[in-house]
Amino acid sequence: MLDLREYSSLGAALRAALERWPNEICLIEADRERENCRLTYRQFKEKALPLASGLQAAGLGADSRVAIIMTNQSKWLISAYAIFYSGGVLVPLDYKLTAREHLQLLAHSKSEFLIVEYHLWRAITQEPEFSRLSARTVLVTEAPRNAELHGAQRWEDFHSEREPVFVERQRKDWACIVYSSGTGGRPKGCVMTHENYLEQCVALTSLFPFWPGARYLSILPTNHAIDFMVGFIGPFVCGATVVHLRTLRPEFIREAFTRYHITYITVVPLILKNLERGLRERFAALPSSRRKMLDALVAVNCALTRRRPRLWISRVLLRGVHQAFGGQLRAMFVGGAFTEPATLQFLYDLGIPVGNGYGLTEAGTVITLNDFKPFRADTVGKPLPGTEVRIVNASADGVGEVAARGKTIMSHYLDDPEMTAAAIVDGWLMTGDLGRLDARGHLQLFGRKKNMIVTEGGKNIYPEDIENAFESLPVKEFCIFAANYIWPQRTMTGEQLVLAARADDSSGLAGELRAKITEGNRALPDFKRIGGFVLWTRDFPRTASLKIKRDVLAQEIRAETDRSAMIVV
Amino acid sequence: MPSVQEVTDEVLQLAVAHFKVPLGGLSPDDDFFKKLGIDSLQALALLSRIENHFHIELPDYELQGVTDFRTLAARIHARL
Repeated sequence: MLDLREYSSLGAALRAALERWPNEICLIEADRERENCRLTYRQFKEKALPLASGLQAAGLGADSRVAIIMTNQSKWLISAYAIFYSGGVLVPLDYKLTAREHLQLLAHSKSEFLIVEYHLWRAITQEPEFSRLSARTVLVTEAPRNAELHGAQRWEDFHSEREPVFVERQRKDWACIVYSSGTGGRPKGCVMTHENYLEQCVALTSLFPFWPGARYLSILPTNHAIDFMVGFIGPFVCGATVVHLRTLRPEFIREAFTRYHITYITVVPLILKNLERGLRERFAALPSSRRKMLDALVAVNCALTRRRPRLWISRVLLRGVHQAFGGQLRAMFVGGAFTEPATLQFLYDLGIPVGNGYGLTEAGTVITLNDFKPFRADTVGKPLPGTEVRIVNASADGVGEVAARGKTIMSHYLDDPEMTAAAIVDGWLMTGDLGRLDARGHLQLFGRKKNMIVTEGGKNIYPEDIENAFESLPVKEFCIFAANYIWPQRTMTGEQLVLAARADDSSGLAGELRAKITEGNRALPDFKRIGGFVLWTRDFPRTASLKIKRDVLAQEIRAETDRSAMIVV
Repeated sequence: MPSVQEVTDEVLQLAVAHFKVPLGGLSPDDDFFKKLGIDSLQALALLSRIENHFHIELPDYELQGVTDFRTLAARIHARL
């Protein structure tokens, strides 16, 4: 691995990696049974530098903001390197957002350049707001030959003959603006510095190293903090290989494990549960004699791996299971949302360690991570080296708000000093999550203080972001909350959204509201839907500037109702 | 080439077989997440079955933002 203390920016570190391992494979991109491309570090450089030169000729320089909206693929990483090489600031946007949301965040981030996949660009150009697009240079990947590009240029043809100039950046300079939320409400653009990423990378690789030949299967979106770090920066500064899949259907993910002998993968709880369900079904279908044999081997494996994982033993004892994962898997990581301890324990008992962690975009990638010394399914691990965690305003049982401090914490929220001041207090990032540190320094989570939910698929949903989907409700005013924000519960799973509707006369309204909310839900992806509503007969409290005082309203509803008042949709 | 209506009917039959629900238990405007109680991964698994049936390739993004069978069928029809 490179000694990252020697480098002041992601561009400099990546540049050194490309020189250090010219003949190692850095990228494999597969699509179903096909392999689209396989690049060595030298070939990666040969693709990225002409792009950098083209971007520089188009005016990209130090601190220019460049958005990427792409699914996980080789051109994402090639583009990102060209941006860092040129001193630019990367704005990775979630490709799963709607075109309207993309336009809102492009405007908020003041991105001058945009690199986007054709099908996403086509959707953006069909939006009424398209005429107000801020980016002046747009590169589109994989556009069909005769497609109308609405002023954009083809990524594949975009280069300049000039030699690109490497633009050095300092550790405190901006590397990325990463949106953690706020498409409908108040955008939270986390400004991350080069130092944030370099320090996070050192800490993570000290626990889980990569090396030339190690293969990381990248299936979480690269725009997300986790994949950006462990599916790009981490493997690259160690000379390892990143494997991309163009389709994330479960059968192709399974195939990729065996075809590419994957070393590490990060998943969201939804995928992990899916995996657990599949394995349990296969085990249940075994003849009873083989099932007994399996149970006996699992028991032996448990006894031998109690203190630490012993992969070679597990691979011998439970050969069939490990072969299905390619035989080279060292660990899986799970992030983005809370994972049930039973799922983690089930996989660990089979000799598949799952590193359970906890993090926020605002904190780089992760704050805590299980280090398997020994494995604990009941916690989200210990703070990473270099990160401090403390519990603020703890109750008698030690539970309070989790706060974190260290060099991986973001610089600030873009153009929002007020929100920054609320999130970072005396250098401590206030996470809004409730937790407790146990005697061994492991963090356990117990719910949220903030008004948001996190789905099993790792989606952070802020209620105010989806209120515009319900604008036509036949009520005077309404407001959406995380149900646990109104009626606190010590749980991190099964969270849902509740709509509070202001109604003078509630008689007969419930049926109509239920129908309207169901209709609004249909326009939303499954993870953003409203689970129920409450009828409220007083005017909502508002600030002088007429914004709803959400915290006060939640307190009022809590004081007068309980969860059973919620009418399920 | 089959009509959108024919494609819709075939998609419904594939979903009925894939998710093992009673024949006639699904209609074109059903929200499949809610009606079938499935998650996005399970919905993706249906795409493979549809691909094999129609002999086409459907990128994952064709399912993005789609929640009912009628819209899904229209997207498939556009690729036939």
